[in-house]
Amino acid sequence: MKTLMLGNEAFARGLYEAGCKVVSSYPGTPSTEITEAAAKYDEIYAEWAPNEKVAMEVALGASIAGVRSFCGMKHVGLNVAADPLYTAGYTGVTGGMVIAVADDPGMHSSQNEQDSRHHAAASKTMMIEPSDSAECKEFTKMAFELSERFDVPVIVRMSTRVSHSQSAVELCDREEREPIPYKKDAAKYVMMPGNAIRRHPIVEDRMAAIAEYGEDCPLNTVEDNGAEIGVITAGICYQYAKEALGDKVNYLKLGIVNPMPVKIIKDFAAKCSKVYVIEELDDVIETHCRKNGVTVQGKELFGWLGEISQTKIREKILGIKPEYDTFGDTVPVRPPVMCAGCPHRGLFYCLSKLKVNVSGDIGCYTLGATAPLCAMDSTICMGASVSALHGFNKALGAEAEKKSVAVIGDSTFMHSGMTGLVNIAYNATNSTVIILDNSITGMTGHQQNPTTGKNLKGDPAAAVNLEELCHAIGIKSVRVVDPYHMAETEKVIKEELEKEEPSVIISRRPCALLKYVKHKPALRCDKDKCVGCKQCLKIGCPAISIHDKKMVIDHTQCVGCGICTEMCKVGAIVE
Amino acid sequence: METKSIMIVGVGGQGSLLASRIIGNVLLSQGFDVKVSEVHGMSQRGGSVVTYVKYGDKVYSPVVELGEADIIISFEQLEAARYVQYLKKGGHIVVSTQQIDPMPVITGAAVYPEDIIGKLKAQGIDVIDVDALTLAEQAGTSKASNVVLMGVVSTKMDFDESVWQQALEHCVPPKFLELNKKAFALGREAG
Repeated sequence: MKTLMLGNEAFARGLYEAGCKVVSSYPGTPSTEITEAAAKYDEIYAEWAPNEKVAMEVALGASIAGVRSFCGMKHVGLNVAADPLYTAGYTGVTGGMVIAVADDPGMHSSQNEQDSRHHAAASKTMMIEPSDSAECKEFTKMAFELSERFDVPVIVRMSTRVSHSQSAVELCDREEREPIPYKKDAAKYVMMPGNAIRRHPIVEDRMAAIAEYGEDCPLNTVEDNGAEIGVITAGICYQYAKEALGDKVNYLKLGIVNPMPVKIIKDFAAKCSKVYVIEELDDVIETHCRKNGVTVQGKELFGWLGEISQTKIREKILGIKPEYDTFGDTVPVRPPVMCAGCPHRGLFYCLSKLKVNVSGDIGCYTLGATAPLCAMDSTICMGASVSALHGFNKALGAEAEKKSVAVIGDSTFMHSGMTGLVNIAYNATNSTVIILDNSITGMTGHQQNPTTGKNLKGDPAAAVNLEELCHAIGIKSVRVVDPYHMAETEKVIKEELEKEEPSVIISRRPCALLKYVKHKPALRCDKDKCVGCKQCLKIGCPAISIHDKKMVIDHTQCVGCGICTEMCKVGAIVE
Repeated sequence: METKSIMIVGVGGQGSLLASRIIGNVLLSQGFDVKVSEVHGMSQRGGSVVTYVKYGDKVYSPVVELGEADIIISFEQLEAARYVQYLKKGGHIVVSTQQIDPMPVITGAAVYPEDIIGKLKAQGIDVIDVDALTLAEQAGTSKASNVVLMGVVSTKMDFDESVWQQALEHCVPPKFLELNKKAFALGREAG
């Protein structure tokens, strides 16, 4: 029977059917649901690791032990895991090892638009790219076989549209596999120079063998429609091209995007009068074609930015533009905002009021950068808030220390913020770091982390005590505030900024969307008391607006957090 | 059959994922090839959200582009105005009359356009407007306005009501099923 599955769910099904035993990942949109779905199969051990580097090392350890293993992450997560990846390229595997990396063309939920195929090429590993849910499952199963056959970690490149689109999948049974008996093999797994030097030629031979395999394999397919025009493509772009061009062109769909074959491309191009390369994001296939003397057109037509689409392809190749009507009036934008009742709001209002420099980080609280709070000066990557604050303060000295803070979520702090805090303590700046502890990994849709006391399956687990951890790192001044109490929060921030020592403020209040969080009834505005001063608008709550010069609270959104009552000077906001 | 496209638009948190899953299930049960595309993560937090449902003999791209949607289901008026450019000529818009001010309107940086539904109709577009929020509250919770809209949409698509009921049973947790069936029925009446 066919079932509708997200690409990510189908990927997890592939892990299950292939007999994968160990899964370790760090959440990151659009990759998160692979691991969440894998955790639902009792036969698979699945965990959230503190970061992607740890996750990949866990997966490699499991592979060395002789079982099939997996780790999943978003594109920027692969940068964090690049260190183990590049050497796993040398060691190879024992049990099959598969890595999911989900790129985010168009940056629906990311800070950059990097193309992960460069990592596959640079780490000399194999990368394959599915184009729909059925392929997500089948490619994953093949990835394990190829990993074992060629002694290589296999990366499956996902993208937002593949990960988050549902399409039909045919389910099969799981194939249980006995672990490959462990045998010590220091020459393969102890990567010190003497051994690594001997591994490198093996790696080069292996990559040549995979490229050769790609010349005639089920992953790289030619669709000959007897047309003049040829399209070389991979992943989701194949689907866009098929929709736009149908059988008006011939297709070479590359399932293996690293290493790429040569002969099949040359033969395909030789039969066409014109060949287009359609790929997201960089010119990886295009460059490969050119390097091998095949004339193609690609980026000069489709550009370097964002997603490809059927419309773009129709326009560039067929010259057909879409026809549509627009709304006659200006439509205001609707950017994402912190939810009503979000504990981050109170904290960011204080920071905005104090006009401090805020070194930001990755999570829901990045929305503190948006109007009307506008309380963020920089956001770079996971953990950078803490380390960049130290650098900022070292550069500008005491003046900066007294008016700048870092903000970082609980999960992000565990991921890579705490090493920055070690640096602050060790190399001594009087920096003030605020940990926004909302008891969950929020932005990616509520995943447990080492501070929450629960594991991926929801079972009780050891919980890191943030206060004790900060003390142990060498921070003497560690204070806890409730961001729903803004006056107290503001007072504590001021005090810590003044101190001649590094300090940590833990802003602690669970995410308002957590199921166990009990909400108060929605508040309402007493219209007789409201003077229309608009002070309440300054906290940027989506439940609050002004109509007919009076405040209105949307009862479907308000969760009664009450921080707006601190803003109202006339007591017009009532239960 | 030529591929048909449905777009579900609204504000993050309004329940468009459930709506797209219900429609996806209805279509799969009718033997169509189906693709449903969702948006997760940053773009979900109270921002403008879009999901796509496409069906036919064989669906390729999961994405609906400008001028391609046969039906747009909008959970909020402003979002209907934002995405009307995705409507195919002769397509239908089903819109909940609910208004949610976006942050630029709240802060006074922008104005919420007046009489969006009237203007859309004046452009010659087939608009079915429903007070889905009130109907959902009648059914028991404001959260069910997504299923009210499914009830409305069901009158615009040529499938037996029992097929929709089965999809509801498949997609909604048992403890909320009765409530959602009521919401669906109210939507169907209004449609």
